[in-house]
Amino acid sequence: MSTMNGMVGKSVKRVEDKRFVTGKGKYTDDIILPLQTYAYFVRSPYAHARIVNVDTGAAIDMPGVLAIYTGKDVEAINGVPCGWQVNFKNGDTMKEPKHPLLVADKVRHVGDAVAMVVAQTREQAKDAAQMVMVDYEELPVVVNAAEAVKPGAPQVHADVPNNICYDWELGNSKAEVDQAMLEAAHITSLEFVNQRMIANAIEPRSYNAFYDEANEKYTLYTSTQDPHLIRLLMSAFVLGIPEHKVRVIGPDVGGGFGSKGDHYAEEALLTWASQKVGRPIKWTAERSESFVSDAQGRDHVTKAEMGFDKEGKILALRVKTYANQGAYLGTFGPAVPTYLYGTLMQGLYTTPKINVDVTGVFTNTTVVDAYRGAGRPEATYLLERLIDLAALEMGMDPADIRFKNFVPPFDGTNQPGYQTQVALLYDSGNYEGVLRKGLSMLGYDDFRKKQQEATRNGKLLGVGFSTYIEACGLAPSAVAGALGARAGLYEMGQVRVQPTGKVTIYTGTHAHGQGHETTFAQVVADRLGIPMADIEIVHGDSDSMAFGMGTYGSRSLAVGGSAIVKSIDKVIEKGKKIAAHKLEANAGDMEFANGKFTVKGTDKSISFGDVALTAYVPHVYPADLEPGLDFTSFYDPTNFTYPFGCHIAVVEVDKETGKVELKRFIAVDDVGNIINPMIVEGQIHGGVAQGIGQALFEGAEFDSNGQLTNASYMDYCMPRADDLPMFETTNQVTPCPHNPLGAKGAGEAGTIGATPAVVNAVIDALWSGGHKVKDIRMPLTSERVWRAMQASVN
Amino acid sequence: MIPVEFDYKKAISVEEALEALSSGDSKLLAGGYSLIPAMKLRLNQPSMLIDIGGIASLKGIEEEDGQIIIKAGTTHNDILNNDLIKTHLPFFHEAASMIGDVQVRNRGTIGGSLAHADPAADWPALVLVAEATIDVVGTGGKRNIKAADFFTGLFTTALAENEIITAIRIPIPANGSRMVYLKFENPASRFAVVGCAVLRSSDKKTTIAFTGVADYAFRDTAAEQVVSGKILDTNTIADAMNAAVYGVNVLSDNFASEDYRRHLAKVYLKRALQAIA
Ligand SMILES: Cc1cc2nc3c(=O)[nH]c(=O)nc-3n(C[C@H](O)[C@H](O)[C@H](O)COP(=O)(O)OP(=O)(O)OC[C@H]3O[C@@H](n4cnc5c(N)ncnc54)[C@H](O)[C@@H]3O)c2cc1C
Repeated sequence: MSTMNGMVGKSVKRVEDKRFVTGKGKYTDDIILPLQTYAYFVRSPYAHARIVNVDTGAAIDMPGVLAIYTGKDVEAINGVPCGWQVNFKNGDTMKEPKHPLLVADKVRHVGDAVAMVVAQTREQAKDAAQMVMVDYEELPVVVNAAEAVKPGAPQVHADVPNNICYDWELGNSKAEVDQAMLEAAHITSLEFVNQRMIANAIEPRSYNAFYDEANEKYTLYTSTQDPHLIRLLMSAFVLGIPEHKVRVIGPDVGGGFGSKGDHYAEEALLTWASQKVGRPIKWTAERSESFVSDAQGRDHVTKAEMGFDKEGKILALRVKTYANQGAYLGTFGPAVPTYLYGTLMQGLYTTPKINVDVTGVFTNTTVVDAYRGAGRPEATYLLERLIDLAALEMGMDPADIRFKNFVPPFDGTNQPGYQTQVALLYDSGNYEGVLRKGLSMLGYDDFRKKQQEATRNGKLLGVGFSTYIEACGLAPSAVAGALGARAGLYEMGQVRVQPTGKVTIYTGTHAHGQGHETTFAQVVADRLGIPMADIEIVHGDSDSMAFGMGTYGSRSLAVGGSAIVKSIDKVIEKGKKIAAHKLEANAGDMEFANGKFTVKGTDKSISFGDVALTAYVPHVYPADLEPGLDFTSFYDPTNFTYPFGCHIAVVEVDKETGKVELKRFIAVDDVGNIINPMIVEGQIHGGVAQGIGQALFEGAEFDSNGQLTNASYMDYCMPRADDLPMFETTNQVTPCPHNPLGAKGAGEAGTIGATPAVVNAVIDALWSGGHKVKDIRMPLTSERVWRAMQASVN
Repeated sequence: MIPVEFDYKKAISVEEALEALSSGDSKLLAGGYSLIPAMKLRLNQPSMLIDIGGIASLKGIEEEDGQIIIKAGTTHNDILNNDLIKTHLPFFHEAASMIGDVQVRNRGTIGGSLAHADPAADWPALVLVAEATIDVVGTGGKRNIKAADFFTGLFTTALAENEIITAIRIPIPANGSRMVYLKFENPASRFAVVGCAVLRSSDKKTTIAFTGVADYAFRDTAAEQVVSGKILDTNTIADAMNAAVYGVNVLSDNFASEDYRRHLAKVYLKRALQAIA
């Protein structure tokens, strides 16, 4: 084992920021290939309509137009596949209607693509697209998941009765839960909506595809989170072209948030058409297009009940959720409201009986898929709203009721992991610890005094808690497979030591803002005892590296980082043999530290650089050893990782207008070992802002015709810096016991913890003024809060 | 986000702009912060833009005969930072600080804002309560339009097709006048859900205007009558709230329904009156 040279744990400035802050990042839209052409999509203005006729006659004659493709042209091609299978309770496979590259028969959501125009310039493509005449015959529309399953609701797909994609159940039997509920002294029940969210990455989706005829090879530049996955899905499942003749590159990507994890129809179409047109084709979404065609998130309609004994101990939890999948299945679509949601219903609590029942539903809306946190924020929202509300209803303290129900601390090594009622085995945790820390940062006793004073002065001050857990580090392949994943979820890490001792790392994860180039280099620098400047982290090119599963589910460091560590260990092991040979010692007597191989107990040593050179210039070299110093490893985690934490919000509500002012936000997160505290803090800040966005500002508003009525930044409210207080963040560290870095993942924690804390705070504020409101629909706009107060005047 | 093709002409004088305006389907371009977004969404498809942003005679703020004259091409930011404004029309200074962000304030102009007549724009409420007049020039010559007559509908004004706003004339409020502009912002666009401007002289003559509430900004004469000449005590303010927004067709959107917007207008009137009481 090498000793550390101290990079891990330091807030090293992000090495990638030089290119980002100087405008030198290279995004897909920055890439202009020789003879570049441009695509523009004709999209449906209706949520549900039969296509009677598509007339491209006028458009094809427009200046610069090279080709126009419609649904008929791609009818023989497969649709984009779903990567995760969920079964009905009776064992039947979920309904998986075709998601065509272009629609030929009927459109199923506003923004569904009907035709693609390819022209010499972007402007020409757009002008021509406006001349494509589509005759639609409008059909009745359904947008709400709970409505869509009712008899007589409009049918999104002819072969999916009642629009039900699957119905799924997890945990204890309904009868067991019913029995436990009978013993409850109090049942808190809540019917609520977890509204639909739009990811709104700053970089719109962008693709650029070309076909090299001489080498019969396709290249696709794509703003994606997982280039290898795109290559696999597109070549093998959609286009039926040889995988080794496809190169997929995910260059700099300006934010993903889950919505860039999907394999999109446009990727396959451009790739396919680039061969037909014989020139590279580029498409970059306009913002208004992103609003209706990027995969969206959340959108649950839920009824949940939590039963308590009279001391406030949870006896049972019953959950029924209608999960809107949109018009088609996204790549991870059905996994999100099932395996990433139902499995989290234990929360941090010892709830003995849990039943989760989820119906996945098709509607005439944009596809719903992973959105930062993916399933786990929805689960956390449910649990944390219920437990805070139970405290209010039972006249208990929201912190006390949590302390009563927490799973006691366990490190996963000396104490075993915690087996939940809903399939997971928590790795390590100290849940009381994060709440205690949060309460002391808040100054809880003092806060309650202030709140009473505020009430006396006619003000509404409230505090809301959220103690969350999530499952990250997706995922042990065998477990994922058992849960329906159609892929393994290991990760690849290659360490290529160059002859001069410089190191190139290839990772199968993909960075789109997370700072991997810095974090991973810190890990490598310490393990190899070389400066960060000697290390380059390469990601995002299917031709440069063996394979990769990409970045989502806060997996990159825990899984991708662990794969790199495995390869580093192999480098050191081989290095010891080379060094031993040179120093005429036994490999078993060698130790590696601070970038030097030393014969134990002597001062005989050789540097890492010399060993590297020897490996490539093997003049004096062990006879039985191959030259070179380059290892590729695949790391398949043995368990998920389970970060957790405590978020606390303090709000003041304006009695007259209902406007919520967020006064304080405290986040105590336990993400396991931390490599770069600044980057972790940045991830938490971004996530918290996004979580607050869901609570107070954001949400897709579809009208009954399926029109997205807030499809622009004039109407869809993203949180801004001046909406937010200075966040008060800190960490607790409970290392992950089952990966070599002890890291759990920090990418989604903020989004998962923040939302219920804010909503709980508003509810608490209203109760302090005598408004016994159970729920307000998110986002908590001033009007909704005002109406809630009007409706509950005491 | 790609407008249809258009021609562009940079005018160096008002006369040149007027001449260009009379030919074809052309439109004036000032800061472009209302026009360009509309063109990018293809809601507006002029065949030619006449850029008046470089015309020197359309810029600046002056004091003349008891009036402050703001030239039409003056940016929100120039109004924000102007000393005459700070001294004589502090609520114009406040309002300017609430318009958009720095980029918007650096390019957007008061003339463009008035001509555009967005129902949620800020300046209309202020020119109404300040009883400003708007100087315009067209091929037929010059005229002055009273602010009260200027706004005629949703995005519509008394401006003729080929007229240009040259300046806004605002009578300097008498010594001892109090004035305030309060705005409840739409959290997404930051435009006014409700904007309430009040100007009150020391002899208690009061003008009140709302923006964001209806199709176009309006003077609330009923509320004005309640408070003019009276001491602003709790009862008078409550009466003004009752009288306000009477018979007005109040806007409704995703963020604020008609009822809520009406309620907010009254609350903001109360807060404005309390602020100057
Ligand atoms: C992100 C954003 C936020 C904003 N927030 C606010 C806000 O909070 N409050 C607010 O009030 N406004 C807001 N605005 C609008 C902004 O103030 C605009 O600048 C203003 O409304 C128009 O001024 P302009 O100079 O940009 O006009 P332009 O966009 O150039 O023109 C607008 C219209 O006026 C016409 N026009 C321009 N000048 C003249 C003239 N001298 N005579 C006759 N017609 C003319 C043009 O032909 C066009 O029809 C915002 C805009 C943006 C983009």
